[in-house]
Amino acid sequence: MADLYISDETADDVEIAAVDAALGGRFVIVREGERLVRAGTSKRHGHRHLLLPALHALQNAKGWISPGGLNHVCETLQVPPAEAFGVATFYDLFRTDEPKRVGDVTHVCVDAACQIAGSGDRIAELRAQGVDVHESPCLGQCERADHRTGEVAEFVQGVGGPDRVDADERPYELFHQRGDDSLRLLHRVGVVDPTSLASYREHGGYAALAAAIAMGPDAVCDAVADSGLSGRGGAAFPTGIKWRAVAAEQGRPKHVVANCDESEPGTFKDRVVMENDPFAVVEALTIAGFATGAENGWIYIRGEYPLATARLQNAINQALDAGLLGDDAAGSGRRFTIEIRRGAGAYICGEETALFASLEGFRGEPRSKPPFPTTHGLFQEPTAINNPETLLNVLDIVQIGADGYRSRGTERSPGTKLLCLSGRVARPGVYEVEFGTTLGEVLELAGGLTGSGKLRAVLMGGAAGSFIDGSYLDMPITLEDARERGTTLGSGVVMAFTDEIDMVEVLVRIAQFFRDESCGQCVPCRVGCVRQHETMVVLQQKGSLTPERRQLVDDISQVMVDASICGFGHTATNAINSAIELGLVPGVPS
Amino acid sequence: MTATFEPTVETTVSLTIDGSTVEVPAGTSIHKACESVDIDTPTLCWAENLTPVNVCRVCVVEVEGQRALVPSCARAVEDGMVVETDSERVRHSRKMVLEFLGSGVELDQAPELQKWMEHYGSDTSRYDQYELPALKMGEAPKIQDNLYIRDYDRCVLCYKCVEACGDDAQHTYAIAVSGRGFDARISTEFDVTLPDSACVYCGNCIGVCPTGAIQFKTEYDLRSVDDWRPDDQEITRTVCSYCGVGCNLELHTQDDTIVKVTSPADHSVTSGMLCVKGRFGWQYVQPLDPPTRKRSR
Ligand SMILES: Cc1cc2nc3c(=O)[nH]c(=O)nc-3n(C[C@H](O)[C@H](O)[C@H](O)COP(=O)(O)O)c2cc1C
Ligand code: SF4
Ligand code: SF4
Ligand code: SF4
Ligand code: FES
Ligand code: FES
Repeated sequence: MADLYISDETADDVEIAAVDAALGGRFVIVREGERLVRAGTSKRHGHRHLLLPALHALQNAKGWISPGGLNHVCETLQVPPAEAFGVATFYDLFRTDEPKRVGDVTHVCVDAACQIAGSGDRIAELRAQGVDVHESPCLGQCERADHRTGEVAEFVQGVGGPDRVDADERPYELFHQRGDDSLRLLHRVGVVDPTSLASYREHGGYAALAAAIAMGPDAVCDAVADSGLSGRGGAAFPTGIKWRAVAAEQGRPKHVVANCDESEPGTFKDRVVMENDPFAVVEALTIAGFATGAENGWIYIRGEYPLATARLQNAINQALDAGLLGDDAAGSGRRFTIEIRRGAGAYICGEETALFASLEGFRGEPRSKPPFPTTHGLFQEPTAINNPETLLNVLDIVQIGADGYRSRGTERSPGTKLLCLSGRVARPGVYEVEFGTTLGEVLELAGGLTGSGKLRAVLMGGAAGSFIDGSYLDMPITLEDARERGTTLGSGVVMAFTDEIDMVEVLVRIAQFFRDESCGQCVPCRVGCVRQHETMVVLQQKGSLTPERRQLVDDISQVMVDASICGFGHTATNAINSAIELGLVPGVPS
Repeated sequence: MTATFEPTVETTVSLTIDGSTVEVPAGTSIHKACESVDIDTPTLCWAENLTPVNVCRVCVVEVEGQRALVPSCARAVEDGMVVETDSERVRHSRKMVLEFLGSGVELDQAPELQKWMEHYGSDTSRYDQYELPALKMGEAPKIQDNLYIRDYDRCVLCYKCVEACGDDAQHTYAIAVSGRGFDARISTEFDVTLPDSACVYCGNCIGVCPTGAIQFKTEYDLRSVDDWRPDDQEITRTVCSYCGVGCNLELHTQDDTIVKVTSPADHSVTSGMLCVKGRFGWQYVQPLDPPTRKRSR
């Protein structure tokens, strides 16, 4: 490409040192060659994919990304400054204006679980103490939100020091199934030492990889297909079909990606697994690489998960030292390595094609499908991308076989499911249940309702999911029952609301979430999310909607469902529509 | 290296559009297939000379068996495809996309869009009847030199200028999309002025902008005194004399003064793209403020 034009501002020593440390001497300054293309044809051997880590380094060094700092990164990685600025301004965790006061920023969650636990009060309290507060979308710690104590989810973004979650300093006591022998996915949580490979092995770790290697890649793909395992990230796509498609691709580098972006409001199950059983994620991703013939493993984890990131990195390091990763990973005769990439505050980057764009160093804008990731994924190369919960199931499948796996759950939804219980339940937390357990049983597992109110609604599947009411308590938790009854399991969110809660306030916040998080690429979603939010604000102010405005709600929804590019726009009106249909919104006829 | 000459077999694909059978070469877009049978499709982010980004969604059609509507500009035809271009759902989506745009962006210099808005019955006023006024782009014009202005109050974020400045023509990458969601804007790094940016004033972004968000300063000035008269303008085709490439120029004159320069999009040499000399060289009478480049590395 042409020479870059870079302005006069230069980075200072702190910024240069931070960037150079983040890039770890892995780069050489390239002055020519690589063509940078928005559509993501830049190759891995280029350096653009290091843009996100470099921006993180700048943000952490100074509390913002300065023009001089950005210039240094652009020159080092040969990225045009306008494009790098476009990338930096895409993410919530980066700022490109100089803060008045440099220091830690406390992100406080304002999404539903925390909203109804009193995050408004908490924010006021912190601000009164002079703390620099940033109102944040769901931080993936919804089980910590408790209206009885007023605790809500917080995350501190550091300057000059590490990011942290203060609640991580305390022992984790919100897993209520510890030691339950029937658990298939969470049996090590709270039992194993998450920092020790030896402890992981003592608790059955790495037996699955050994079994997989003994079976061979084809047999692993077959077992996964026969097990009926479907994706747990929200779309429920059959994992076996995905893996076979990638396995069949020959002659190009291939990738497996663990989608640990977990940003769907109400979802925290992946975090609990990554923090408490990180080796399991590493082992399962290694099996995915082995089965699909991919050498490159990636973990894309949301930026607000410092503990999970540290635990996973530690697990990777120990696995490398033990030869479980590397040139001859676990004696499989195949090379397999894993790199971690941190997101920077963008829900949309959990959408698989947006995740690829983000990881490659571009704005996290979803790409049109087809082509699909199995042929044109990361760096336009064949890629199997899975949710970590999906991957965990494979550890079980290769050890007990497809039939053994199918002995749990139902014919069409085999196995077990992780559910994220939050809201007005007595014991919020992640629960592993067999598919087929009813919603009522699930709520009982979490100790039933808390507070003095009666059950008003349950949000299933997150902000992108839908509200249901007490008439669904008999619904078995399966993909087929959810579909049949017009709701979704999505990412496993089960958030309970009682009749003491102002539902309109909750809906306004959900609309605000989508408005803030839309990538802005396509018109139906970019504008539709804003208009939906405006409608909800008017509803809140007026207490009702005129027939014309009621019509607008449907009109907006239909174009977003029909004409948006990605699943974000397709689902952004679900929750509000379902609430109206259920009659949760006074003044709005369903 | 030996060249092999294989007969190129042009495979044709047969599909149904609005009930009629249509045969087109494989690889044709649905949009082009529609065009071949005189079905007019609105487009906004698509252009002959740019890679499809399919972001505006105004060109969507219904394809049997697909849950969502598909962008006709970017989706290739398939054998046996059944396409509806005027179904209830298609009309609704097109109407709403145009309505959404019109509700937030000034479109009075986009006659093509206005025509389609009328066609589909888009009513942008229904967003403004709120006590809470509908959010607009809300941008003031950026006038930073004598050559062209950027008025992002008119920007529909079609990405065309970014593509023209980047991979599809100019390879200068002076501008990109910044921000997210409704706050997304076309911007230089840190929103520095054009003279401070990498811009080389090729004007290709002006040439592709569908809404007048980027326009010649001459045009902007005449419009601001209500003296922009396209009907009185003459267009003279000529070949640029600055170098030997042979770019075709179209000189637009009003009252014997050149008011803007374009290049035909279908021209084999330029595909509609030019450089600073062809685009702005006619302004030699008024001194250009050459961008003060600080450092080039
Ligand atoms: C807006 C949006 C956000 C998403 N976020 C996530 C996420 O955080 N984690 C995840 O695993 N999948 C997420 N997905 C789904 C992914 O696109 C993809 O389907 C999934 O990672 C595939 O893995 P699976 O088959 O194991 O579920 C999201 C999808 C959309 C449309
Ligand atoms: S639907 Fe929304 S999030 Fe998805 S591409 Fe369009 S604007 Fe971006
Ligand atoms: S004039 Fe040319 S270089 Fe400048 S922004 Fe427009 S396309 Fe880019
Ligand atoms: S300035 Fe013009 S060409 Fe550029 S995105 Fe906006 S409307 Fe499109
Ligand atoms: S952390 Fe607050 S809603 Fe999830
Ligand atoms: S013209 Fe097809 S999506 Fe914009």
